[in-house]
Amino acid sequence: MKAVMISGRTLAQGAGCEDKMSPLYINEVSCCYLSEEDYRALGLSDGKNLLLTSPHGSAVLRAGVDRGLPQGMVFIPMGPWANMLIGTDTKGCGMPGFKGVEVEVTPTDEKVLDIRELISRGR
Amino acid sequence: MEIEDVLCTFCGCLCDDIRVEVKEGRIEKVRGACRLGSSKIMGHNRIKSPMIRVNGTLKETSYEDAYRKAAEILVSAKHPLLYGWASTTCEALKKGILLAEEIGGVVDTTATVCHGPSIIGIEEKGLVGSTLGQIKNRADLIVFWGCNPSEAHPRHTLRYSSNACGRFTPDGRKGRKVLVIDVRETRTARNADRFLRIQPGTDYEIISALRMIIGGKAESLPENIAGVSRKELIEIAEMMKSAKFGAIFFGLGLTHSRGRYKNVDNALSLVSELNSHTKFVIMAMRGHYNVTGVGQVLAWSSGYPMAVDYARGAPYYNPGETSCCDLLSRRDVDAALIIASDPASNLPRGCVEALAEMPVIQIDPFENPTTLFADVVIPSAIAGIEAEGTAYRMDGLSLRLRKLVDTEHPSDVEILQAILDNVRRLRDDN
Ligand code: SF4
Repeated sequence: MKAVMISGRTLAQGAGCEDKMSPLYINEVSCCYLSEEDYRALGLSDGKNLLLTSPHGSAVLRAGVDRGLPQGMVFIPMGPWANMLIGTDTKGCGMPGFKGVEVEVTPTDEKVLDIRELISRGR
Repeated sequence: MEIEDVLCTFCGCLCDDIRVEVKEGRIEKVRGACRLGSSKIMGHNRIKSPMIRVNGTLKETSYEDAYRKAAEILVSAKHPLLYGWASTTCEALKKGILLAEEIGGVVDTTATVCHGPSIIGIEEKGLVGSTLGQIKNRADLIVFWGCNPSEAHPRHTLRYSSNACGRFTPDGRKGRKVLVIDVRETRTARNADRFLRIQPGTDYEIISALRMIIGGKAESLPENIAGVSRKELIEIAEMMKSAKFGAIFFGLGLTHSRGRYKNVDNALSLVSELNSHTKFVIMAMRGHYNVTGVGQVLAWSSGYPMAVDYARGAPYYNPGETSCCDLLSRRDVDAALIIASDPASNLPRGCVEALAEMPVIQIDPFENPTTLFADVVIPSAIAGIEAEGTAYRMDGLSLRLRKLVDTEHPSDVEILQAILDNVRRLRDDN
C-alpha cells in the first residue's frame, strides 16, 4: 500500500523522552499507526509487523490503529524508527521533511530491531 | 517537606505551579504536573559515572579524565559541532558560546529541527505576538494549527488557552470557540468546536485562501482549494474575523511539512491582516522547556538565533549551511559535543550515521540512543531539580529555576567551564 507518512509527538513518546532506553519509549516510537480501514485492508492483527520503505530508507515497525487518521496516511511517533525513513535534504533552511514522506507499507514477518541493533547498523 | 511553585522543566509551557515533596534529599511525590512533567521530575535511570569509550566499550572514569578527553577531542577537531541546548539553562549556553569561540565551532540548537523555520519566518515578516497571560485573560477564539497540545503540551489548554479562566474570560472553555486545523483528527481536534482537516503539505494554499477571503477576494477563489471547499474556508474566515481577540498557536505541522518557513511566513501575514478587522495574535508552540531561552541567548550574544558558526572568528549564520543536519550530511564537521539532547533519535538517519562516524562527547543526566555511540559521556545535574538557572517560557517570559535537591553530579555550567579550562590549557601548551 502506498501512503503518506507523518511523524509527531505523542503522550507516551513524551513521557519516555527522558528515559529513552525504557520499553515505554521504545515500544511507542517503533509503532506505525494506520487508519482502521487500512489496518483491515492489509489484513493486520495484534503482533503483526510492517515494513515501511521510503526513498530514503526502510524500517520494520509494529502496527497500530489510530482512528483519527484518514485512509492513506500513516503516523509514526517521532524517534529513531521514523527517522529511518526521512531524508537529509533541508531545502536550504536547516529542516528535513519530517512530515509528508511517501512510503510503501507492506505486512512482514520480519521482527522489529532492538534499539541497539538499530543504532549499530549505522556505525 | 513540600516545595511549592516549582517550575516544570519539560515543555515550553514551563508550568510554575508544581508542588514537589522532598524527603531525606529525595523527591517522593509530584503534584500538579502532567504525565510528561511528573515523569521527568520523578527521574529515571541516571548515568552514574563519567565514561570514556575504550576499544568499543564505555569504561567508567573520573570527571577530570572525562573533561581532559573531551577537551582533546575538541582541540584536535577542525570544525566541531556543539549541539542541543534546548533542555538546559541559559547560563549553560553562555559557557557553550565561549567554548565555541575558543575552538572555532558551530553552536546549533534543537530548534533547527523544530521551530527553526518559524524563526526564519519571523525574521522575514515580524510577529504579532503576546504573552500567554494576555491570551488567557482575553482570547475568545483559540486556533490550534498543526499542533496537538493534548499530547505535547498537556497543561497548555488549562493554564493558558482554550480552557483557562481569565479576567475577561471567566467562563473558560464555555466562553470560547476552539478551532483545530490539522491533517489528522488528534485528541486536541476531538475537543474542538470545529475541526478542519486538510491534506498534508497544503497549509500554504489554505492560508493563502484565507488571506484572500479576509482581503475581500473570495469570489476569485476556485470552489475547491487543496481538497477543502471554498464555503468551509469562508465560514472559518468569518469565525476568525468575528472574534474579539483571536490567538493562533501553531506547531510542527507547519514547520515540518512542504513549505516549511514559507508556511509560517504566510501564517504571520494572515494574522497581521486579521488585525485590520479585530485583534489577533500568533505564537509558536515551543517544545523543549528552554528552547526559547537558548534562542534568545544566542541572539543577544551573536546576533543570530541558531546555527551560529564561529569558525571564521566572527559569528556567521546561514540556515541550510550552518544548521546541524546540513553540516552532518555534508560531513562538514568532524567532532561533536551533544548536550541535553538526543540526535540519534531525532535526526534523519543519514545525519545519525555521519555523527556516529566522528568523536562524540555527550553531556546528559540520562542515557539515550546517542550514548550508544558517544566516546565521552559526562553525567550532569538536572537543571531545575538539582541545579538552578534561567529558562524562557514559550512566550519569551524568563523564569528562574530553583534547585530542589542535592546531587553528586556537576551542573552543565560547571562541566562546560571545566572543559573550557582544559581546552585553554591544551592550547597554551601547544
Ligand atoms: S504542560 Fe509542560 S511544563 Fe506543564 S507540567 Fe506538563 S510538561 Fe511540565
